[in-house]
Amino acid sequence: MRRLPLWVSFIGLFALALLYVPLIGVVIQSFNASRLGLDWKGFTLKWYEQLWANEVIHEAAWNTLVIATVSTVISTVLGTALALAFSRFPWKRRAMTTADNVLYLPVVTPEIVMAAALVVMFSLLRHVHAMFDFGLPAVIIGHVTFQISFVTLTVRSRLSGLPANLDEAACDLYSGGWNLFRRVTLPLIMPGITAGALLAFILSLDDFVITYFTAGPQLMTLPVYIYGSQRRGITPEIHALSTVMLLCTVVLVFVAMRFLQDRKGKAAS
Amino acid sequence: MPEPTPTPLPASCPDTPLVWRGGLSTPRKLRRIGSLLGAPAFMWLGLFFILPGLLLLAIAFATRSPTGGIEWTFTLDNFRRLVGYGSFGWSPANGQIILRSVTIAAATTVICMILAYPLAFFIACRPASSRMLWLIVLTVPFWTNLIVRTYAWLIMLGPESPITRLAAMVGLAEPGAALYPSTTATMLGMITAFLPFMVMPIYSSVEKINWNLLEAAQDLYCSRWGTFRHAILPQTYSALFVGVILTFIPAMGTFLISDILGGARFMLIGNLIQTQFTFGSGNPPYAAALAFVLILLTLIIIALFSRLGGKREELV
Repeated sequence: MRRLPLWVSFIGLFALALLYVPLIGVVIQSFNASRLGLDWKGFTLKWYEQLWANEVIHEAAWNTLVIATVSTVISTVLGTALALAFSRFPWKRRAMTTADNVLYLPVVTPEIVMAAALVVMFSLLRHVHAMFDFGLPAVIIGHVTFQISFVTLTVRSRLSGLPANLDEAACDLYSGGWNLFRRVTLPLIMPGITAGALLAFILSLDDFVITYFTAGPQLMTLPVYIYGSQRRGITPEIHALSTVMLLCTVVLVFVAMRFLQDRKGKAAS
Repeated sequence: MPEPTPTPLPASCPDTPLVWRGGLSTPRKLRRIGSLLGAPAFMWLGLFFILPGLLLLAIAFATRSPTGGIEWTFTLDNFRRLVGYGSFGWSPANGQIILRSVTIAAATTVICMILAYPLAFFIACRPASSRMLWLIVLTVPFWTNLIVRTYAWLIMLGPESPITRLAAMVGLAEPGAALYPSTTATMLGMITAFLPFMVMPIYSSVEKINWNLLEAAQDLYCSRWGTFRHAILPQTYSALFVGVILTFIPAMGTFLISDILGGARFMLIGNLIQTQFTFGSGNPPYAAALAFVLILLTLIIIALFSRLGGKREELV
């Protein structure tokens, strides 16, 4: 263990405080009986009961989960196939570079630009098929579009870390084609796929901008709901909702850490 | 991370049969299989990312129809408007918004940098037993919904919060008034929103630092600052590149944080694009031109900071 100058630790803890103070504030306020203002008027679970009774929030939570799950499944399949295509075939150098550039573009494009471009595209495609109208399918398409690159890059980095002779050994044992993929490659890159899918899922849950642009007035997700209601004024119900979402995040982080750590442990032993 | 290595080929005869995965095949045949694997994802990106992007670029040269839609008449008006020539002559408003966005994003990035290094070192220097817990503490805000974190500031900066009272006591704010909407509130929101994106890459590079260089520098009577500056900092440059990209780009494009904490009059490029992009009341071609500027600024930043030696492979 190394010793740091005291002021470095101090700034570090200050930075952490900046991240946590507002969150802790929301959690405390969600149990505060006072409807307006921050003065402590006693402990209550009233806001959680209200939250639980709110149909709109049920619907928003359901939509958020559906969007995240469906888009994660699609982007994980597409992204993993692309990662395999990238790293397991004898591409010409130039084709490789071009494909690589296309892959990094969605990562560095500001979200709002991507959202605006999608809205324009959907306004044309709407005439082709009603699926591209504002709504659930459009939002899912938008989410998959920004998720693919993240999945591909995560899986690809796992693939490139694998020694090629594992494949060769399998081939010497008369494996090949689908069997090789199912029995050798897939189990080896599974941690990469899981990490990529997890990343895609979180990106989708967190997304506001793309959803906001492509959802239209009918479809509600949790971030869009919070955005809309904070414009109408702060309510304790939103504090409760934020607290619940924060709690879900904490659980997700613990599960992910445990899971990824287990994987690491297994790989080492 | 090493470049993904395709099966080595004899360069002179590209179509010689070669053994690959247990069978005899030619590179051409293999590439056909590979294309099949990659095609769905690339078609998706082509249809929903590249094509829309080109469309957006085309719209930037189109005209606003009287109903607030798009009329396909070629014009450069949108770009003329960007530099300030609107229908009422020259005005600095648009230039100010772009300048403000760049300034705010740059300030956010620098402050995040200043906060991220101590935090990264702090966690990296915890004993191994508790480091995992500290990492979880760092990851929770990283994964918490941005809108939840921004909303949380509304409470902390509200009229009756301890922070606001403290600010009023010191004389920084009027007693009884909220600290938002204001530039300070927006800055606070942005710094906390993007700080985790800066800390994460820097932490993972600090964790791998070769501390022998520090001892070597100290043996050579280097000052404390000099040791940090010459022996430690350069080892984290490529992570800094990643952090800057992950902080600056979203900070440039944000409209959520400035919308919630900055109020209606505090416009950034993102807010301008959002309001102009509403079909009907807005001006979509102009919004497209603004989006174009945003991409251009982003590319400039990447080009500037790529000199730090970062690799884009580390972005994800």
